[in-house]
Amino acid sequence: MPTQKIDLKAVQDDFKARIARVKRRVVICAGTGCVANGALDVYHALADAIAARKLDVVLALNEEKDSDAYVSKSGCQGFCQAGPLVTIEPEGYLFCKVRPADVSEIVEETIIGGKPVERLVYKHPANGQLYAKRDEIPFYQRQNRHVIGDCGVLDPENLDEYIARGGYEAARKAFVEMTPETVCEEIQVAGLRGRGGGGFPTGTKWQLTLAQESAKKYVICNGDEGDPGAFMDRSLMEGNPHRIIEGMMIAARAIGADEGYVYVRAEYPLAVQRVRKAVEEAALAGLLGDDLFGTGLSFELFVMEGAGAFVCGEETALIASIEGERGMPRPKPPFPAQSGLWGKPTVINNVETLATVPLIIEQGSSHYRTMGTEGSPGTKTFALTGHVVNTGLIEVPFGTTLREIIFEIGGGVTDRFGNPDPHGFKAVQIGGPSGGCLTAEALDLPLDFESVKGIGAMIGSGGLVVMNQDTCIVQVARFFMQFTQKESCGKCVPCREGTKQMLALLDNIIEGRADESTLPLLEDLAIAVRIGSLCGLGKTAPNPVLSTLRYFRDECQAHVVQKRCPTGQCKALAQPEIIAPLCKGCGACIRKCPVNAITGEKRQPHVLDASLCVKCGACAQVCKFNAIVGV
Amino acid sequence: MTDKNTITLNGRIVPIDNGKNLLEVIRKSGIELPTFCYHSELSVYGACRLCIVEIDGMGVQTSCSTQAVPGMVVRTHTDPLRKMRKIYLELLLANHHQTCTTCVKSSMCKLQDLAARMGVTEVRFKTTESAKPIDASNPSLVRDPNKCILCGDCVRACDEIQGIGAIDFAHRGAGTTVVPAFGKELKQVDCVYCGLCASVCPTGAITPKSEIDSVWSAIGKPKTVVAAQIAPAVRVALGEMFGLEAGQVTTGKIVAALKMLGFHKVYDTSYAADLTVLEETQEFLVRKTENRKLPHLTSCCPAWVKFAEQYLPDLLGNLSSCRSPQQMFGSLAKRTLPEQLKIDVKDLFLVSIMPCTAKKFEARRPEFMTDGVADVDAVLTTQELGQMIRQAGIRFNELTPDSLDMPMGFKTGAGVIFGASGGVTEAVLRYAAEKLKSVKDENAEFVEVRGLEGVRERQLTLGDVTLKLAIVHGLRNAKTLAEAIRKGERAYDFVEVMACPGGCIAGAGQPIAYGPAVRGRRADGLYEADKTLQLHAAQDNPYLQKCYRETLGSIGGKTAHAWLHTKYKNRKRYEDASFSVSDNGVQQKLQVCVCVGTSCYVRGSQKLLERTLKHVKNAGLEDTVDVRATFCFEQCDRGPTVRIGQTVLNKCTFEQVCGELQKQTAMV
Repeated sequence: MPTQKIDLKAVQDDFKARIARVKRRVVICAGTGCVANGALDVYHALADAIAARKLDVVLALNEEKDSDAYVSKSGCQGFCQAGPLVTIEPEGYLFCKVRPADVSEIVEETIIGGKPVERLVYKHPANGQLYAKRDEIPFYQRQNRHVIGDCGVLDPENLDEYIARGGYEAARKAFVEMTPETVCEEIQVAGLRGRGGGGFPTGTKWQLTLAQESAKKYVICNGDEGDPGAFMDRSLMEGNPHRIIEGMMIAARAIGADEGYVYVRAEYPLAVQRVRKAVEEAALAGLLGDDLFGTGLSFELFVMEGAGAFVCGEETALIASIEGERGMPRPKPPFPAQSGLWGKPTVINNVETLATVPLIIEQGSSHYRTMGTEGSPGTKTFALTGHVVNTGLIEVPFGTTLREIIFEIGGGVTDRFGNPDPHGFKAVQIGGPSGGCLTAEALDLPLDFESVKGIGAMIGSGGLVVMNQDTCIVQVARFFMQFTQKESCGKCVPCREGTKQMLALLDNIIEGRADESTLPLLEDLAIAVRIGSLCGLGKTAPNPVLSTLRYFRDECQAHVVQKRCPTGQCKALAQPEIIAPLCKGCGACIRKCPVNAITGEKRQPHVLDASLCVKCGACAQVCKFNAIVGV
Repeated sequence: MTDKNTITLNGRIVPIDNGKNLLEVIRKSGIELPTFCYHSELSVYGACRLCIVEIDGMGVQTSCSTQAVPGMVVRTHTDPLRKMRKIYLELLLANHHQTCTTCVKSSMCKLQDLAARMGVTEVRFKTTESAKPIDASNPSLVRDPNKCILCGDCVRACDEIQGIGAIDFAHRGAGTTVVPAFGKELKQVDCVYCGLCASVCPTGAITPKSEIDSVWSAIGKPKTVVAAQIAPAVRVALGEMFGLEAGQVTTGKIVAALKMLGFHKVYDTSYAADLTVLEETQEFLVRKTENRKLPHLTSCCPAWVKFAEQYLPDLLGNLSSCRSPQQMFGSLAKRTLPEQLKIDVKDLFLVSIMPCTAKKFEARRPEFMTDGVADVDAVLTTQELGQMIRQAGIRFNELTPDSLDMPMGFKTGAGVIFGASGGVTEAVLRYAAEKLKSVKDENAEFVEVRGLEGVRERQLTLGDVTLKLAIVHGLRNAKTLAEAIRKGERAYDFVEVMACPGGCIAGAGQPIAYGPAVRGRRADGLYEADKTLQLHAAQDNPYLQKCYRETLGSIGGKTAHAWLHTKYKNRKRYEDASFSVSDNGVQQKLQVCVCVGTSCYVRGSQKLLERTLKHVKNAGLEDTVDVRATFCFEQCDRGPTVRIGQTVLNKCTFEQVCGELQKQTAMV
């Protein structure tokens, strides 16, 4: 493949000149969430509407002319709850839940008129206040979108735009102006810690790999994000693939590698496609391949799709997977830094970690350390989901409290009908299946790697699931346990068999079969699995159980001793009952009941015989007065 | 500070002594840490987690995967460690079919042993898995997944030592199982029945298939004459089942036991091994003189023969055409004994007692049947014979030795050392030396070919002929050597291959003995037996000389060839090895099979398959065409091979596929 050597400065100037000739920019979010909600239809409708209006608009920015607007797609803009999202620059308007039917109004009012479309702007669910500009919306205002910021703006399929925003400048600096030692040193001083879950210092990892004598070394980007509900890495790969490539180039420079792999889970087709395209374009531009920046050094990059196993996010399993073996972890040591891919020294970093690297090299470690805490500098992205008003992808400096995240950025907790409920907070599950539940007591804890670990959970890759008062905590633990027992690789005994039995014990609790020995046994087992498992998956799998036992012991006891689920979610424990004051005696339930468990006179409160009831729920469905509970 | 090369183990100072890992150091110091998945000859796996220890500054670690570092402070049985080990055993037992009283592995089972040792008196967890079917479809091995604890020993043994990988892990999490490829039965895949999996299995999940009942039933038939042949390796191992030292030769006791069990005649497979030596040496020397079909490859190991048929079709011509001693014995016995014993051949029931599970498969090969009846009617392993002796209540150790029946009970030392790796080579050399040097040396020994290393290359000169030899055991070693021979990197005259590490003495039918130490003692036993015999070279066996004079004619002659030699054929690795990669909902589809076997794969069949799939989709042919990936069409040299309907396309291109598809779909 013929490659040309790229002149970064020339590309920057050229792109800036082109964009300067555009009056307005329309950025349509093309992250997976918005695409699923019809963002591409909006894009096409907008293009059509503009054409119909005979406006001077460009879609590709390669024509040398002045124009009224430039319409482009971006990666995830973060506010997934409100998608499909459309941002208009330079005003910074953000339109929410845009449908194809809305586009003509956008063209008339905003693109031509320069005014926001009022009915499409964000309306605060609690106080009804309107926010036309994105940066004023509390969801965005409270964040520090240091790493993911560009995701929502630039066109991920346009290398020029990435370069125009200073892209590949850090890589050039690392290759031309720095040595492997100084690159490692800079990352070390910055205090960057792995974002995949463990929080291991990236600089140390690089230095260890650099110290290994080997003609061949590898850099691997771990894009096998698998926690349920987490999508930080996906958004980065979809929204800013070149940043990841650049981070890998710098890592390669730091350790002396000439080959790299991006391991993306196959369930992220858009991420695979965008990363592949970015790698191709970077290679064509001479940013990958031989003689990088005239240094004589090479770096070749390959994209590899995973095969759908959660455990392949574990580094040794991931390496086995690339080698074509079954994705099973192996004992460490040796660490990948000593013997990784094909037995060669290998650095393996998470997507977010690598995406942070160019920023540190470009802006310096001291700037990086101005964000976050002493032990955990910088920012962290979280996928905020669950019973919260604003769900989406957020980024905050370490040290931010859960209260700020849930109540200010997230807009507070919602009840079962989706309405804000100021007193609804029960717990937040942090770190997905490897993390744990945190209670109201932890709301004011400044979040960083150590503080969260100290209270029995972990930052993990950054999933945050908010739970309201109607959530049964035992069922939450069961959900995660079901996940890990399915996703365990099946190699070591504690993880494979232990998760299976923890799940069985949780089922016993939920279904009323537990006795006084169940909780102590569950706890003993959980500890044995945590201490004795082979890899991180097994060692952290009991965390949801242990944190539940630690913070919600009473709720567990209620299930076990009184055979009662305090939230009423566990069907097997529910006591079927007709609440007499609510019952109007209409007889609808009597006619529906398949086992004749309900009796009663017309217009008199009916009675349900719990010993006959099979809890099919048919009665509650027909009851117009919500008088039947526990079925 | 303590001495440089020591650790502190439970408060005691213990030397490291170049231990491979912490586990070995601890075991050497006299503490038998429990393990399921640790085998010194296999890679460290770290899955059973029973060898956990507490190390100061490192917390709880598995000792198998930890290097002993001077100054380490280690504890092996603290309260938390013991509790954890107990929980892990309980976890394994919860889903283990606990049919211990009726399990063939009972009293030899590591799970049973460790549960007792660790004081597991109750299992607090419930069974969560449903029963899985048992695979007993092949003649050699029984796989019971319900007893599998997924330690992976079998998987690693099959892959790392035999280079086959007939079984591997499938699925993950709670659904993890060990299965043959595509979830088929063992007999449908490339298993060579060496049984190494069974000999490393800590539980009863893979066991040799028992033929005890058919032998008892033959013994019970009034007219039937039951005759036994005892393989060399059996005599140095059976005693272990009765508390005797490994390597102790118990031939006489075995004969006595067999007679007490009701066997009418007891012969020695070593007699047939002597016969093999004569036939094989003759064959080899002809090849050497004519300089063709070299290297000469031995053929007495049935697992190796099946392996060669599957993986080395181009070298099958080099394999000795000699049947194995078991089958030479079977053929000769069925043809000569009825006359000698004055019985009908139908009434002769021939039982061989073997250290080997593959021998069960070999005895059922169609090549070794006469008029549809197997020459060898039943094959018992050493273990099975031990069980029969126990069933009959015979006090083995107290037996007065009895002598073997003649003439087929007479052997020389050459036929006895067959049981150890290098034995066949040495036996052949003892005859070849006499022929090439034209000097008789009744006590010639070739100690240089003995040993336990996996590959041994030797060169020696007999008369004016120089012979290059290689002795290998472990089929992975054999495969590597065959590759080197194919590429011309290595050239030999004679190659001996045994599947089991150490040769037949370590066969899967032998009494359970984990680890390599026992092998050496058994081999020593055979070489001692050789020394105690009067004759050491096969050509000196007077009964064989008589047999050739009266029955077989000349060595390598017409009768000998018909009775004692065989042919080999290419063998498919998988039965019906295809799986659907496109929707298979509609019947009567046009079948497109793209070979993705190794040879076609390297010639680009994967790409071809992908393009074909895409083409079928784009051309809207999904309802009429079923695209399958398949394994070997045995046309490897002409790959990639694609079969469309009945048409087989060699050196197939994408364009050819499209053309043929168009042609055939137009007819549908």
